[in-house]
Amino acid sequence: MVGIVSYGGYVPRYRIETKEIARVWGKDESIGKGLGVFSKSVPGPDEDVATISVEAARNAMKKCSVNPGEIGAVYVGSESHPYAVKPTSTIVAEAIGAGPNLTAADYEFACKAGTAAIQTCMGLVSSGMIKYGLAIGSDTSQGAPGDALEYSASAGGAAFLIGKENVIAEINKTYSFTTDTPDFWRREGEKYPSHGGRFTGEPAYFKHTMNCAKGLFERTGTKPSDYKYAVFHQPNGKFPVNVGKMLGFTNEQIKTGLLTPRIGNTYSGSTPLGLAVILDVASPGDRIFAVSYGSGAGSDGFDITVTEKIMGIDRNPTVESFIADSKIIDYATYVRYRKKLWLGGE
Amino acid sequence: MSAPRFWREINQRYNLVGTECGNCGKKYFPIRSVCPECHRESIGKMKKVKFSGNGKVFSYTVIHVGSSMFQMQTPYIMAIIELDEGPRITGQIIDCETKDVKIGMPVESVFRKIGEDGKSGTIYYGYKFRLMK
Ligand SMILES: [Zn+2]
Repeated sequence: MVGIVSYGGYVPRYRIETKEIARVWGKDESIGKGLGVFSKSVPGPDEDVATISVEAARNAMKKCSVNPGEIGAVYVGSESHPYAVKPTSTIVAEAIGAGPNLTAADYEFACKAGTAAIQTCMGLVSSGMIKYGLAIGSDTSQGAPGDALEYSASAGGAAFLIGKENVIAEINKTYSFTTDTPDFWRREGEKYPSHGGRFTGEPAYFKHTMNCAKGLFERTGTKPSDYKYAVFHQPNGKFPVNVGKMLGFTNEQIKTGLLTPRIGNTYSGSTPLGLAVILDVASPGDRIFAVSYGSGAGSDGFDITVTEKIMGIDRNPTVESFIADSKIIDYATYVRYRKKLWLGGE
Repeated sequence: MSAPRFWREINQRYNLVGTECGNCGKKYFPIRSVCPECHRESIGKMKKVKFSGNGKVFSYTVIHVGSSMFQMQTPYIMAIIELDEGPRITGQIIDCETKDVKIGMPVESVFRKIGEDGKSGTIYYGYKFRLMK
């Protein structure tokens, strides 16, 4: 059966605390607590979606003995591709020694472009068109200075090698729920995104995540208690916990994959990194329920069962190793690294 | 640097591909077409080899005033890294404080942005180094 042959995550080393952002804008420190985000990852000045994707992809390739030449497709999902025109996926393919005999493309669907890439690879592998496909979700998202999004928009990514042989986790079923919903957008040429404020909650995140989850339960004949772990898109530290409870999952099932309180919302990297951190600790037979969410809007759901093959791979470097190796920076350094400030002559 | 020149060297810069002399076994980075020790005897025997990216700090210097491309990163560390396979190559050490670097420390290669041709030009990627965790 089609599944995950290998996986790898990457989170940049720098962190800014939400209380530091609140201090700069004269807001109450409790704003971070309200969002359930205490610090967020910040990419170094020489990091972008291409470098984060390559690091995640290389971490996936290290864990398995697959010859990169057998990878037939590379898809990178992001809303912060370094180029407006020129794919990130070709950079990744070259940097892991894959190609030129492969197809590649970049995906965009707000925060669910990475899970859409996984689905595409599943289809290509299942049909026999390719032997292995590499799906990546990665972002270096930014909020406008002082905007609510600035407290959570962060950077990170995860890569999944999809195939049929030696899978460490079988993907039993995938199901998506999609509608036209203008909850969050960025027009061509604008540096920062716009959002519908309160409109982003009920009719957007909750509606799509709930419907996708329910649709997946129906199609698999499963219920929350059948799963060891559950991971949802994490725009903040509260939404995924609330949606999990509404569906009938316990804190115990949700907490492993919940990374937003420590690294913020990694957008296209969010659900993929949550899934990767679960695979870092999962045991054979564990069942994982994963539902992403992308504004605009849609959710991709996955019913996954970990196989005994997971015991045969070296799971290092783990996602936790990147989260633990962190350096807190102040707002001034953050501004410098994120190029929110233009120096004369540039 | 011109985009075509960078493009021709992508495999070397992305994947640390150098050459090995088929006569004496010595490895080189960047790619050479003739071994400087074996000269004529190496002709036709130079083969491509991919380095692991692991090595140790041979020497380093801290740069406080960088070129305009690097001013967002100052102070930063430029080092000569001796790869496990032998060749010494120059590269930036990232993700550490300048005081943390010592000669002999083990490093691993990472993939980073090396530069860009202004705001509208090509972005150059390649290897840098990080202290081994
Ligand atoms: Zn020689």
